[in-house]
Amino acid sequence: MIRLSAAASVVLALVVFLAAWKAIVVVGGYPPFILPPPESVASRFVQGWASGLIGPHAAATLVEIALGFSAGAGLALAVGYLLARSVAAERLLSPYLVAAQATPILALAPLLALWFGPGLTSKVVICALIVFFPVAVATMVGIRSVDARLLELARSLRATRRQVVLTLEIPAALPNILGGMRVGVTLAVVGAIVGEWAGAERGLGVLVNLARGSLFDIPLMFATLVTIALVGVALYVLVVLVERRLVGVR
Amino acid sequence: MSATRERPESAPGAAAPAPTGVTPARAGASVGLRDVAISFPHGPGRIEALGGVDLAVDGGEIVSLIGPNGCGKSTLLRVIGGLLTPDRGSVTLDGDPVTGPDERVGLVFQEPRLLPWRTVADNVTYPLELAGWPRERRDERRRTLLHAVGLESAAAARPAQLSGGMRQRAAIARALALEPRVLLLDEPFSALDALTRERFNVEMHKLHARTGTTIVLVTHSIPEAIFLGDRVVVLSPRPGRVVADLRIDLPRPRAWEALDEAIVSAAARQIRDHLGPADDQLPDELTPPDRRIRDLWVGE
Repeated sequence: MIRLSAAASVVLALVVFLAAWKAIVVVGGYPPFILPPPESVASRFVQGWASGLIGPHAAATLVEIALGFSAGAGLALAVGYLLARSVAAERLLSPYLVAAQATPILALAPLLALWFGPGLTSKVVICALIVFFPVAVATMVGIRSVDARLLELARSLRATRRQVVLTLEIPAALPNILGGMRVGVTLAVVGAIVGEWAGAERGLGVLVNLARGSLFDIPLMFATLVTIALVGVALYVLVVLVERRLVGVR
Repeated sequence: MSATRERPESAPGAAAPAPTGVTPARAGASVGLRDVAISFPHGPGRIEALGGVDLAVDGGEIVSLIGPNGCGKSTLLRVIGGLLTPDRGSVTLDGDPVTGPDERVGLVFQEPRLLPWRTVADNVTYPLELAGWPRERRDERRRTLLHAVGLESAAAARPAQLSGGMRQRAAIARALALEPRVLLLDEPFSALDALTRERFNVEMHKLHARTGTTIVLVTHSIPEAIFLGDRVVVLSPRPGRVVADLRIDLPRPRAWEALDEAIVSAAARQIRDHLGPADDQLPDELTPPDRRIRDLWVGE
């Protein structure tokens, strides 16, 4: 068995993936409007970015994700803490939270677009909604699992409520919270695209629709999909890096 | 007993005498318990953990609390520490009623209870941080504390990288951070191996000689109770009450060999008499196959 470095194995996996893609195109004999070969998607990707076609759409989507994720995760931290520390809050709130989560975001998106209009707000709301649940549950689990013996220690040292939250509960729950955020950040991408499909003027979701519809530029559609995937991967890696920085050394 | 406090520097420190901070700037506080009773919800009713404890500990004294499992020793310690409020009776520190955790009290638990995401140094200064000390003062105090327990070289390590003994050293340093006048130790050495435990007992004497704090120690070990204590207080099975209060007249500072002295075995016998038979004691009459097990057990 040959041992590969982490970087080498990533490159190897990419090469295998591209080779398989090319092979399917060649062997299957698919026309470019069904499955364009990787090289034409690559050139369209480069050209789309160079001509300034993809950039503004990607920027719009990123803004939606950033705002939606921040709002959703921020609210989820507060609610997750409340759920962990108050039995009454958990009894009252959790049925609604689960119901909201069980309703597919795809079904809710048109309603939210109707309420909040075709602008930025509706996407931020959809993003926040989809990010909220995993982060809230992770926070709740994390806060609940804080060692009661450490809480007793903090009490014996006369820590204030605020000090307990900041110096004990949040650091202790951080691995859980960041695990929830890993899931949340990839869902935020889904939320933004779904929100754009429900009605928007700009964004990567809009560009996918344009490329498939009026432009009928399938390589562009693939280039947009690649962009969306890259955005998701980049954000995920960002959370993992934050996680490593904050909890990696334990 | 009091003679030792007159010459606090006669014993070299755990590592070496600390320059500042853990020197006996303030004498130990006295602890007073009067008719302290406490019960906890248990199934449909309540279970009485302490049934009227009277105990007076002088400033600077070391008192060992010993008793059968579940007799409320740890509960008693938490009542003194202000973590539990008794149903009746009064608890005082230097005459002031205890109404909650008090700055004058330092606690060491059976487990080190270090925050795993903090370095040893940051764990040791955690109480100072909570008390709002500015960084420069904390840094200064950190050096003193780490020095006092011989952990300077482990300052930047995480708790997970330390041995059990080193972790408990860090916990002791943390308990000393705010220069407590009473140190409450809840079976602090019970998770350590026998040799480490003996060394810790010797070091506790040296630490006490330097700091002069009052120490109340909960332990399961009769030798430890005798070795460390000026007095050994024996609690009854639940609900816990004081059934014996023995003075240990061994000169200070004590070396572990002090336990070879005749008065020790006399004291140990008295303590055992007061503890009474354990409810899980092996019967004296055993059938042959069981006998082997008993020999293994008792022979250890």
